[in-house]
Amino acid sequence: MSTEKPAKEALFSKKNRSLLTDPLNVNNPITVQVLGICSALAITVKLKPAIVMGLSVLVVTIMANLITSLMRNMIPNRIRIIVQLVVVAALVILVDQVLKAFVYDVSKQLSVFVGLIITNCIIMGRIEAFSLGNTPWKSVLDGFGNGAAYGGILIIVAFFRELLGNGTLMDYPVVEWMGLYDLGYKNNGMMLLPPMALIVVALIIWVQRAKTPSLIEKD
Amino acid sequence: MDINSNKYTYIFAVVMVVLVAALLSIAATSLKPFQDKNVELEKKSDILRSIGVEGANLDSLFAQYITEQLVIQNGMSVESEVSAFDIDMASAVSVAAEERQVPLYKAVVEENTYYVLPLRGKGLWGPIWGYVALEGDGNTILGATFGHKTETPGLGAEIATPIFQDQFPGKKLFSSAYEGIKVLKGEASGDQEVDGISGGTITSVGVQDMISDCLKPYKAYLLNIAANSAVPTVDTMGLSADTTLITAAL
Repeated sequence: MSTEKPAKEALFSKKNRSLLTDPLNVNNPITVQVLGICSALAITVKLKPAIVMGLSVLVVTIMANLITSLMRNMIPNRIRIIVQLVVVAALVILVDQVLKAFVYDVSKQLSVFVGLIITNCIIMGRIEAFSLGNTPWKSVLDGFGNGAAYGGILIIVAFFRELLGNGTLMDYPVVEWMGLYDLGYKNNGMMLLPPMALIVVALIIWVQRAKTPSLIEKD
Repeated sequence: MDINSNKYTYIFAVVMVVLVAALLSIAATSLKPFQDKNVELEKKSDILRSIGVEGANLDSLFAQYITEQLVIQNGMSVESEVSAFDIDMASAVSVAAEERQVPLYKAVVEENTYYVLPLRGKGLWGPIWGYVALEGDGNTILGATFGHKTETPGLGAEIATPIFQDQFPGKKLFSSAYEGIKVLKGEASGDQEVDGISGGTITSVGVQDMISDCLKPYKAYLLNIAANSAVPTVDTMGLSADTTLITAAL
C-alpha cells in the first residue's frame, strides 16, 4: 500500500476495511442496532430461504448504496427520501422477479418478505446515513458489510432453528443420519415458532457482548 | 445548476420515474416466460401429487401418467377453444355452474384409471385451491392436495399440510344425502366427513364449499362412471341404486 500516492486512498485502506468489517461485529445491524428484526423472525425457520433472503438483501444494499451514491450530487434535497424509496423499491421488484423466475419454490416460501425488503430499516438507514455523503466505492463496501452482516445473522439463526426444530439442514436429514432418533432424541417443535428466533438472536447478542467488551454499557 | 430549485426537482422526479418504469417493464417482460414455466410445472406437480406421483422431471412424468385431458361442461365432455390445461379456474368458477367449462384429467397409474378434478374457492383472506383425485369408480377419493394464497399460518394455512390432506383418501364424494365432503368441527367419522382445522373455521368451511361448488359441473359425468363401474355387491348396491336415481333425476 505504500506504493499508492498519498492523495489517493487505497481500495482496501484501513478505513475502508473497517467499513466492511465493522457491521459484522461492533456495528452489526441486527445484534447491535437491532434493525431488520421482523424478517429475521419470519424467514429463519429453514436454512435455504434464509440464505436466499440474505443474498437478496445483500444485493439490494450494495446496489441501492451504489446507485444513490452515484446520484448523491444530483438528488434534490427535498425529495431525497422519495428518491431513495424508488431506488430501493425498483431493486426489490427486480429481485422478486428474478427469484420468481429462477428459484420459484424459495420465492413462494419468502412470499411477502421479499417485497418487505423495502421496509427493511437497514437499507434505508444505510442510504440516508452513509451513501448520500460518501463515494460510490465506500458505499459499496458499506452496503456489502451491512448486507453480509444481516445475512450472516439470518443464516446462524436459521441453522439452529432448522437443526433443532426440524432435524434437518438444507432439508438434509442430519439428525436421522447421526442416528439420534434411535437414542430417543426428539425434535423441538418450539424452535419453529417465531419467538424462538428472538431468543436465538438474544443468545447471539449475549455471546457477542461477552466477547466484545466495548459493546457493554457502562452502568 | 441549482439542484434544489422547483424546476429541477420536477424534472428529476419525472425522468427518474420514467426510467425506473421502463427498466421494470423490460425486466418483467423478459422474465415472464421463465415465471410462466414455473407456474406450469407447479400445476403439473400438484396434479401428479394428488395421484401420489412425485419426481424430478415433471414434464415427462405428466406426459406419462396423464393420458387424457377433457373439458367438462354440465357433466358432458365438450369441445373447447381453450385446452383443458390452460383453463383458468379462478375465472371458471366465477360463472354459473351450468355454464362452466372445467378441466378433468384422466390418469393411468399401473393400469388403474384415476380422475383428477381441480378445485378453486375462497378461504378467509384470499383464494384457496386444490386437486382431488378419484379412483376408477368416480366416487372414492384417492388423494387430495390443497393450496392457499394468504391463509393464516398455523390456522387456515394448515389445509396445505399432510395432517389435513391425509384425511381425504377413502372418503366418498357422492351419496344420496350429500354431494361433497363435509369439513366438520370435532367428530368427523362418516364417509363424507373430515376434521376441520381448529381456529381455521372459515378456511375449513371454505374447503367444504369449494368442493361442493366445484363438483357441480362434473356430477353427471362422475355418476355415469360410477354407474358403469359399480359391481353389484352388497356394499355398492346402495350406491349404484342411488346413483341411478340421481342420474335419472338429471
